[in-house]
Amino acid sequence: MSKKSKNSFAINRRQLLASSLALGTAGVAKSVQASEVGPSNSPPNLPEWTTYLGDGVDVAPYGLPSEFESHVIRRNVPWLTATAESSVNFTPIQNLEGFVTPNGLCFERHHGGVAIIDPNEYRLMINGLVDREMIFTLDDLKRFPQTNKFYFLECAANGGMEWRGAQLNGCQFTFGMIHNVQYTGVKLSDIVKETGLRPSAKWLLAEGGDSAGLARSIPIEKALDDCMIVWAMNGEALRPEQGYPARLVVPGWEGNMWIKWIRRIEFGDMPYLTREETSKYTDLMTDGSARMFTWVMEAKSVVTFPSPENPLNKKGLHQLRGLAWSGRGKIRRVDVSLDGGRNWNTTNIHGPILNKSLTRFTMPFYWSGDEMLVQARAVDETGYVQPTIKELQNVRGVNSIYHNNSIATWLVNKNGSVENVRLG
Amino acid sequence: MLGLVKFFSIILIFTCGFGSALASERQFNLGAIASPAEVAGWDIDVRPDGLGAPIGSGNAFDGEEIYAERCGFCHGDFGEGIDRWPELVGGEDSLNSHDPIKTTSSYWPYASTMYDYIYRAMPFGEAQSLTIDETYSIVAYLLYMGDIIDDEFEVSNDTIGTIQMPNKSGFLLPDPRPDVVEKSTILCMINCESDTNVIGRARDLDVTPENES
Ligand code: HEC
Repeated sequence: MSKKSKNSFAINRRQLLASSLALGTAGVAKSVQASEVGPSNSPPNLPEWTTYLGDGVDVAPYGLPSEFESHVIRRNVPWLTATAESSVNFTPIQNLEGFVTPNGLCFERHHGGVAIIDPNEYRLMINGLVDREMIFTLDDLKRFPQTNKFYFLECAANGGMEWRGAQLNGCQFTFGMIHNVQYTGVKLSDIVKETGLRPSAKWLLAEGGDSAGLARSIPIEKALDDCMIVWAMNGEALRPEQGYPARLVVPGWEGNMWIKWIRRIEFGDMPYLTREETSKYTDLMTDGSARMFTWVMEAKSVVTFPSPENPLNKKGLHQLRGLAWSGRGKIRRVDVSLDGGRNWNTTNIHGPILNKSLTRFTMPFYWSGDEMLVQARAVDETGYVQPTIKELQNVRGVNSIYHNNSIATWLVNKNGSVENVRLG
Repeated sequence: MLGLVKFFSIILIFTCGFGSALASERQFNLGAIASPAEVAGWDIDVRPDGLGAPIGSGNAFDGEEIYAERCGFCHGDFGEGIDRWPELVGGEDSLNSHDPIKTTSSYWPYASTMYDYIYRAMPFGEAQSLTIDETYSIVAYLLYMGDIIDDEFEVSNDTIGTIQMPNKSGFLLPDPRPDVVEKSTILCMINCESDTNVIGRARDLDVTPENES
């Protein structure tokens, strides 16, 4: 708070005192009543912020959230990784409304820290089984036909700590490796029109320019279907931590494939089997074998209120809120249970309902002050139903780390506190 | 190299201007033709069949010293991993246990991936600073420690695609999902079967970072 506003506050207190003195006995009674209602800025008092001129324009040339929202930040779990340069933090989905994630809150996952790239020196190379091996500048890319699309990006390890039981007590830490923004860019299929593609090209390798040189193989059908090279998110340039000045978008598929700081795409006739698709991002089964190339993010949903970070503080009417998404298309329906899965209610889905995008749902409910076991279950347009953890464990065991899209349970205690629990 | 770039840009101007066969295939006339030298500088990937492996070689004997100098202080002299840095060797027969240990020797299906990854990303923070022969030597040393090759085996552009990794057949394709079958097409809405006993609480584990708010 500025010095000015502190001074104004002092004046405000003095004025208040004076006015209640002048009012005499009746005034005292009134001011007692007012202080029961709320702090000194509540009716009938003159709010402090009315008594001074506020900041002028340009005090914050790039605007920031209110100082009262300082708790709405990305957070990490330090014990998860050896070093912050190869680590992850989580989107505070429990504090967000609608389906758009603000750019500064989009979770980060780096394998070698954030590359700082001068856009004038940025180059995208296309090589391999093409007619012409080519290099594009950022300006070149922006001259191609443009596409604007909302897509969610979810890390395949979102919820990965919860395979064996309820481990992290928060909506942010169990579901927060996800964000949803509007991308501006060019379709990969248009860039390929420029380079030409040999008929033998069946796969591509996408490679980052960061110190991890992150590299993933993508089958050609997907690449030409809906993949994009993008330079903007939510109307402004990509944030450095999201791949500035350009990244790959692979709608509906695991976040690791969305190569940031993309510098090169090579076309080939077989997959490249990089470290990120062998050592990592393969799903270990109980018998020791592992699934490979498990790209699609299956339908999932989460209740963001009430949640461990958002307890209930009053009985009566509340609006339950949550998010649902599917890598196979649109969300058709989300059901919520308040009694651990015995009885379900279909929630209101708020449009626009977009393909491979977060979708907001809400449901009014009355809290009687009793315990509740809150769950959400998403159904997507293919008819796929979000499974229970038991159903997943029966098929996959507990060692796969990735692709846990099961239903979570929030226990609302009698005192209104909420915790992440496992039912059995 | 400069000469090459110039040469190609002349072709570019020529083809754009006169609508030759090349130009007719391009739809937007954006971007520049990459020179072979430009491609060579950035095309660092190595595929399981050895495609992309640069000419060079190295063995475990040479690799031991380079590894000790440039890798050991994080990954341990024997690849055992120091503190929280990744373990690189060991964990055989652990994949079906409660605590699977995934390393180059227990889990990685291809030796090419070791070359590709170590050259592109290691040492951590000093990417692409190893020479080609140093990288082959380190790969040889790790393979030797994992009992996959002997100490005389030369890992090279000719042999990298031929090395048989123990867990090569450990991977399943294609993706079998959706793999959880719903019991019925009509979803249960009332009086459904469900376990409602709380059997675990994240709060009891107490591993969640404290929120300041
Ligand atoms: C400063 C510490 C450090 C040094 C030095 C270092 N590494 Fe690493 N290494 C890491 C980290 C951190 C990772 C994980 C990176 C990630 O998360 O993507 C890693 C990952 C690896 C992996 C992949 C492990 C897996 O299971 O997927 C290999 C192989 C590897 N390093 C080899 C090497 C070699 C060879 C050297 C020496 C040339 C080296 N490293 C030097 C820190 C280090």
